[in-house]
Amino acid sequence: MQFMLLFSRQGKLRLQKWYVPLSDKEKKKITRELVQTVLARKPKMCSFLEWRDLKIVYKRYASLYFCCAIEDQDNELITLEIIHRYVELLDKYFGSVCELDIIFNFEKAYFILDEFLLGGEVQETSKKNVLKAIEQADLLQEKTDNAYHSKSFMGYKKAY
Amino acid sequence: MPAVSKGDGMRGLAVFISDIRNCKSKEAEIKRINKELANIRSKFKGDKALDGYSKKKYVCKLLFIFLLGHDIDFGHMEAVNLLSSNKYTEKQIGYLFISVLVNSNSELIRLINNAIKNDLASRNPTFMCLALHCIANVGSREMGEAFAADIPRILVAGDSMDSVKQSAALCLLRLYKASPDLVPMGEWTARVVHLLNDQHMGVVTAAVSLITCLCKKNPDDFKTCISLAVSRLSRIVSSASTDLQDYTYYFVPAPWLSVKLLRLLQCYPPPEDAAVKGRLVECLETVLNKAQEPPKSKKVQHSNAKNAILFETISLIIHYDSEPNLLVRACNQLGQFLQHRETNLRYLALESMCTLASSEFSHEAVKTHIDTVINALKTERDVSVRQRAADLLYAMCDRSNAKQIVSEMLRYLETADYAIREEIVLKVAILAEKYAVDYSWYVDTILNLIRIAGDYVSEEVWYRVLQIVTNRDDVQGYAAKTVFEALQAPACHENMVKVGGYILGEFGNLIAGDPRSSPPVQFSLLHSKFHLCSVATRALLLSTYIKFINLFPETKATIQGVLRAGSQLRNADVELQQRAVEYLTLSSVASTDVLATVLEEMPPFPERESSILAKLKRKKGPGAGSALDDGRRDPSSNDINGGVEPTPSTVSTPSPSADLLGLRAAPPPAAPAAPSGAGNLLVDVFSDGPAPQPSLGPTPEEAFLSELEPPAPESPMALLADPAPVADPGPEDVGPPIPEADELLNKFVCKNNGVLFENQLLQIGVKSEFRQNLGRMYLFYGNKTSVQFQNFLPTVVHPGDLQTQLAVQTKRVAAQVDGGAQVQQVLNIECLRDFLTPPLLSVRFRYGGAPQSLTLKLPVTINKFFQPTEMAAQDFFQRWKQLSLPQQEAQKIFKANHPMDAEVTKAKLLGFGSALLDNVDPNPENFVGAGIIQTKALQVGCLLRLEPNAQAQMYRLTLRTSKEPVSRHLCELLAQQF
Repeated sequence: MQFMLLFSRQGKLRLQKWYVPLSDKEKKKITRELVQTVLARKPKMCSFLEWRDLKIVYKRYASLYFCCAIEDQDNELITLEIIHRYVELLDKYFGSVCELDIIFNFEKAYFILDEFLLGGEVQETSKKNVLKAIEQADLLQEKTDNAYHSKSFMGYKKAY
Repeated sequence: MPAVSKGDGMRGLAVFISDIRNCKSKEAEIKRINKELANIRSKFKGDKALDGYSKKKYVCKLLFIFLLGHDIDFGHMEAVNLLSSNKYTEKQIGYLFISVLVNSNSELIRLINNAIKNDLASRNPTFMCLALHCIANVGSREMGEAFAADIPRILVAGDSMDSVKQSAALCLLRLYKASPDLVPMGEWTARVVHLLNDQHMGVVTAAVSLITCLCKKNPDDFKTCISLAVSRLSRIVSSASTDLQDYTYYFVPAPWLSVKLLRLLQCYPPPEDAAVKGRLVECLETVLNKAQEPPKSKKVQHSNAKNAILFETISLIIHYDSEPNLLVRACNQLGQFLQHRETNLRYLALESMCTLASSEFSHEAVKTHIDTVINALKTERDVSVRQRAADLLYAMCDRSNAKQIVSEMLRYLETADYAIREEIVLKVAILAEKYAVDYSWYVDTILNLIRIAGDYVSEEVWYRVLQIVTNRDDVQGYAAKTVFEALQAPACHENMVKVGGYILGEFGNLIAGDPRSSPPVQFSLLHSKFHLCSVATRALLLSTYIKFINLFPETKATIQGVLRAGSQLRNADVELQQRAVEYLTLSSVASTDVLATVLEEMPPFPERESSILAKLKRKKGPGAGSALDDGRRDPSSNDINGGVEPTPSTVSTPSPSADLLGLRAAPPPAAPAAPSGAGNLLVDVFSDGPAPQPSLGPTPEEAFLSELEPPAPESPMALLADPAPVADPGPEDVGPPIPEADELLNKFVCKNNGVLFENQLLQIGVKSEFRQNLGRMYLFYGNKTSVQFQNFLPTVVHPGDLQTQLAVQTKRVAAQVDGGAQVQQVLNIECLRDFLTPPLLSVRFRYGGAPQSLTLKLPVTINKFFQPTEMAAQDFFQRWKQLSLPQQEAQKIFKANHPMDAEVTKAKLLGFGSALLDNVDPNPENFVGAGIIQTKALQVGCLLRLEPNAQAQMYRLTLRTSKEPVSRHLCELLAQQF
């Protein structure tokens, strides 16, 4: 996989993960182009498209689009399920995840992704093992007096 | 599991994020961000030392701001500080910041690497994983240099935790992809292969990806992975849907791992071991069987995971292309998917069938689905699916169904998306030509193309139809009739006017008998379009008109009137004006006979590969069509390629042939005369045997440069062993080579001819030929001034041991070189044994009374005595293995100094002297060569391998020869060429 982008229906980028070296300028250009292309597609259309010399696999979950760029020989369907497994991981961790969880806890979204995918390849597919790694990390962390519950603070509603 | 309560909530961060979200405008957001940046900056600069928590919070805010798309130019140092915190979350945020905002500031990289090093050594698996993730995320060369050697050790260490092994495997993969040269292969590779047997499925999952990548470059080293992968796959495929617990995904056992294993197997040909192969075929059959079973769940995840494995299995079956039974089963399975209600499956089935269509075993089976595919082209609502259907139709087309497919594609073209029209046009044009049984169908098809999608019909397409009509007299009359009819449409595309103009100009006479298309009618029809056309088309039409004057004398007066009109004779466009003036004069002065000769029908075009195909290949991917590049040829090559009867008159006529130069898809066949002459010469000179002839015939200046001055009288020939008359003056008399000497020498490693040296006074040119261990070199000394050179004395010097390694016999040249004149010196060279340093050429003369002297390196390097050797892959690998002593190999990894162009590289390697062997290296990007260095005393076999890495702009060059210094020397010489 070359990169993964999460963006909202309004085209706001929520998470970006690049597995190939690109300049910031190039990344912005790709993001702009892809967000536009994917948002322009109708709901029933197929989840794959050719773009430059890559294959794009995307899927929409509630207000969020998950979009992966894979190479020619990569398997589209298994990539769709990579996306789904990532969503499941987020869901399990946050408890019915929604876009706001990813906005307010973007660093967690990155950490979970790193446990699941590394260097663009699937590292660990077991939900238990991935979450165990994250939880261990959570256990390791010291108590801070600012312990803070984002949900009650924001009082936002579920979108997913 | 509770919601995010557990996180390390950073209240300040959450407040900031919600502030940003509440901003009503972009300006407000920027204002808020700037305020925050100022705040963070002052915190970082303040004298009060920040605690870890605050540092983490501010670094996290900076990261958030960066991810919003704003530039961040500070905070890196604070992030690096966090790396050495022993609080996990602080370290984690530090690593995240570094991963996202890596910056090649060398000072920081050193600090970051230090922190990583500490964490890798910490033996704390969570810290080790963080550090590995960071390396994998950044993947820079600097990190590769620092850690590429450590990571394999961590990966195979017996005491590494599973999670660490997983991260290490993928971390190494990323480093290898970025800088393959930095990852040393070694004893660890065998142990990595055995990770396929690991008990932990996650470790296997990570390791397969690494092995798949590594084995592409080193297939032999990883060959044992085949049987391990097969047995692992077999265990997964045959396991019940719950056996693998958490590695079962929606009732599908380990789908990710299965897909990866199937991918790995696609790196190799079918297993040689019959038992392994049998087991694998069983697996593949099981997967195909399972596809027919009722689903265990209605969830799309279940069917996706199951089908992901199925499609990968089919890819492997297609890759092997050797099991007819499996291929046909695969095709039937895909056929079922063609009508599946899931768009995704239809898309993938169409895509996958495209590759099946090219296998001889399944081509027929694919063809049975033609109606479904045509239906898909008509009814699919998603353009990307329609595109796949069009691709598949193209792939399954053959003589039996060409008419149906072409007509469906033409129909599709009328409503096709603009983005893919040109490609469809090219495909239709190719199919129509390739499978034309009768050429009237071909002509109809192309004219339909122009009618339906004229704007997308490129030059290649309409040039091609003219070429074919010109070459086939059975279709000329039909073509003339059809274009005539097509031109009668009130609005017709300009490309139609071009084709019509050209064809009527050549073959209009074939339909002139019919009063409805009599010559005046033809002319007025064409001329009615004239004013609406572009300059290029009008130029073409003018040529048609002059051809009409020849074909139909009765139109002469009318056409002369048109040519004479002020709008032509004084046209602002110089091409149109010139054509009008010349054609008018030609038609008035030339006799009928002359006119008939000059304006004769165009001769047939030589058959060559369709330029349309070349264009499609170019469109489809870089590199695919490079060999077929039909770049415009120099118009002067016209007469070389002119065709069957290149009568001078036909060629020199400014007829529409000028417009057809673009057709020339192949380079002119006739090679320039000089080099071939020189080659023959060398055969003559040396054919009598390996020993050089004591007396050579007259210098064959004819073969090289005919404008040369006659050679200077020869000095009495000396025997090789004792070149007395022009005895070397000895190194003490010769100055050191000029500073650029090495660079000049390098230019000649891969070529034999060129300018060796040039300054204001003197130019030295070289032409040389080598055969076996012998060579002959011509040096041309040109006096660039108007003053005579005096005491002109060029000599060849053998420094050091070279005397015993290389014999160079020179002839004396005239001591005076007149201003503006050139003298030639002949050198006969014999390679006695391998040598490392080139001989020196010392040139001394007096110019205007002042002594001048100059020492160069003579472009004679050991590779000149290379004799290319062709061999099959098997022989190559066998010899490669025979030369496996460490001192027999020389390897160099270096940055590309020139753009990495495969064709140029090929040319250089051939120039270097080795044969280029195709189909040896499993990676087609790599180059493999073989040759023998011929010396009088011994022969040295050489094998070479050059691996370009376009991403890193690096090469790895490996030389193996039976003599250590030769390996090293060749490696040095060649490495400087790229």
